[in-house]
Amino acid sequence: MPHIFKRPRVLGPALLIALFMVMAIFAPWLAPFDPFKGGPNALLPPGTQQYGLGSDHLGRDVLSQLVYGARSSLLVGLLAAFSASLIGLTLGSVSGYASGWLDTVLMRVAEFFQTLPRFVLATIVVAVTGGGLLKIIIVIAVLGWMQTARVVRAQVLSLRNAGFVEAAVQMGASPTHILLRHIVPNVLGSVIVIASLDVAAAILLEGGLSFFGLGDPNLVSWGGMLNQAQAYLRQAWWLALFPGLAISLVVLAFNLLGDGLNEALNPR
Amino acid sequence: MLIYVVRRLLIAIPLILLVVIANFLLIALAPGDPVALLVGDFPAPPEYVAQVRADYGLDQPVAVQLWRYLGQVAQGNFGFSFANRMPVLQLIGLRVGATLLLTLTALTFASLVGILLGVIAARRRGTWLDLTSSVAALIGYAIPEFWLGQLLILLFAVGLGWLPSQGFTSPRLEATGFAYARDVAWHLVLPAFALSLRYLALITRMTRAAMLDVLQADYVRTARAKGASERAVLLVHALRNAAAPVITVIGYNLGFVLAGSALVETVYSWPGIGRLLFESIGKRDYPVLTAILFMVSLTIVLANLLTDLVHSWLDPRVRRA
Repeated sequence: MPHIFKRPRVLGPALLIALFMVMAIFAPWLAPFDPFKGGPNALLPPGTQQYGLGSDHLGRDVLSQLVYGARSSLLVGLLAAFSASLIGLTLGSVSGYASGWLDTVLMRVAEFFQTLPRFVLATIVVAVTGGGLLKIIIVIAVLGWMQTARVVRAQVLSLRNAGFVEAAVQMGASPTHILLRHIVPNVLGSVIVIASLDVAAAILLEGGLSFFGLGDPNLVSWGGMLNQAQAYLRQAWWLALFPGLAISLVVLAFNLLGDGLNEALNPR
Repeated sequence: MLIYVVRRLLIAIPLILLVVIANFLLIALAPGDPVALLVGDFPAPPEYVAQVRADYGLDQPVAVQLWRYLGQVAQGNFGFSFANRMPVLQLIGLRVGATLLLTLTALTFASLVGILLGVIAARRRGTWLDLTSSVAALIGYAIPEFWLGQLLILLFAVGLGWLPSQGFTSPRLEATGFAYARDVAWHLVLPAFALSLRYLALITRMTRAAMLDVLQADYVRTARAKGASERAVLLVHALRNAAAPVITVIGYNLGFVLAGSALVETVYSWPGIGRLLFESIGKRDYPVLTAILFMVSLTIVLANLLTDLVHSWLDPRVRRA
């Protein structure tokens, strides 16, 4: 596995992601101020006084908010994509290995989920049932496992007839053993590639939800910062510029990582 | 072909029915008692509460309520919006035009420019042109539409003052006919571009990939060997065959544009369905929310259906699958 990090197309985005992870984990030490603490110095442009990236309408430090904002974006992105992959991997391998009516039912369910409008449904679910980071993660995961399931199912279908699987069946291995030991390790590459792209999609979705004012009220989020920037576009360009740049960079990094991993793990 | 169309339709109908049921359950299972909301905060006698509950049929079992809801939806009755004081269907009717104008403009622009860029990039594979458009597509795909909307406002409305930043028309506009259309078009430029960029990037990438696949095919070599002009090879032989996957991407990602439209409309105060969604979330206007969810889902199911039909028409192999 580590040798794939020698590829620049994997290493580059991975380093950028690592940078944002450091920002999220060590936010309390890296942020110069408390991101929630306001003051009299409202709407100062970047570089004035101690505010490197300016201050917002309540006199809060934009840089500190930006650093803390990495937490909600990465937490939602990584956990939602991980959960979605787990659901997709489980349902996809069961569907592909069991075949028959179970396969038909699961694939119809996936088809149904695929027609649901993700963003609109997510906004309504969060609005109706109340926000919170955990709920946002669950909603994004439940609405985002279908592609993984489809790809895994297709691969399991072809792996089922592979020599090493037939050998395991002949030796009397149980279906669970065969799935976990022989099949799942072989589909993991594709799952990781999709998961990386899913992180990007989840971060964008979280950004949109927070922009709609549906983020976790106890956390700083980049989408939420952009929501507040909207009212001050004419006076304070810096409020909109930096959080959006942060979202775009993280999303770009995860998309590039997905592409790079795809080239490395699934050579054509 | 007819059998294929009928089969696809038969799959679409239960999907729509499921969406309606999911819609109902989402609201029925939401925390909070709607009767308590209707009655208000002051202490009401239990007989009155029971009366209100019976009036709205909320004392019936969930299955009965669901059956009633299905009947209403079938008649196009989506309830009453208390926040806007009008039937939901009428409210949506007032807003749907603006959303159609915005999304269709963005969709058309993204498709035309995306296909053009993709074809050029594939034709000039490996050149700086290909590289630039590929990098631009990657970056464009990573930019959230609502942030792009804000950036465009900062640049073209606040900074340069070239284009309006908010609304569907200028305030206090009394123009009609051509002058009105020009004013709307003027207001449409920024939101339509903000909405189209991610889609444009996606279509460029897909077109490039599909064209690269096709350009290696035997029939393209045959066409070249026969002495067909490069333009004929690209447009007649290659693009026609690359069209099927590209159209699938365009059609299957319509939900993507509708979601983006909700955000972009909010940034630009564009009076469409997306802004209505945003307003209704703030007001907890559930009948409007479910109606929007239903409309958007229905649009996606129909768009997918249409995409499949066009795909099968372009590529007869699909029908036999």
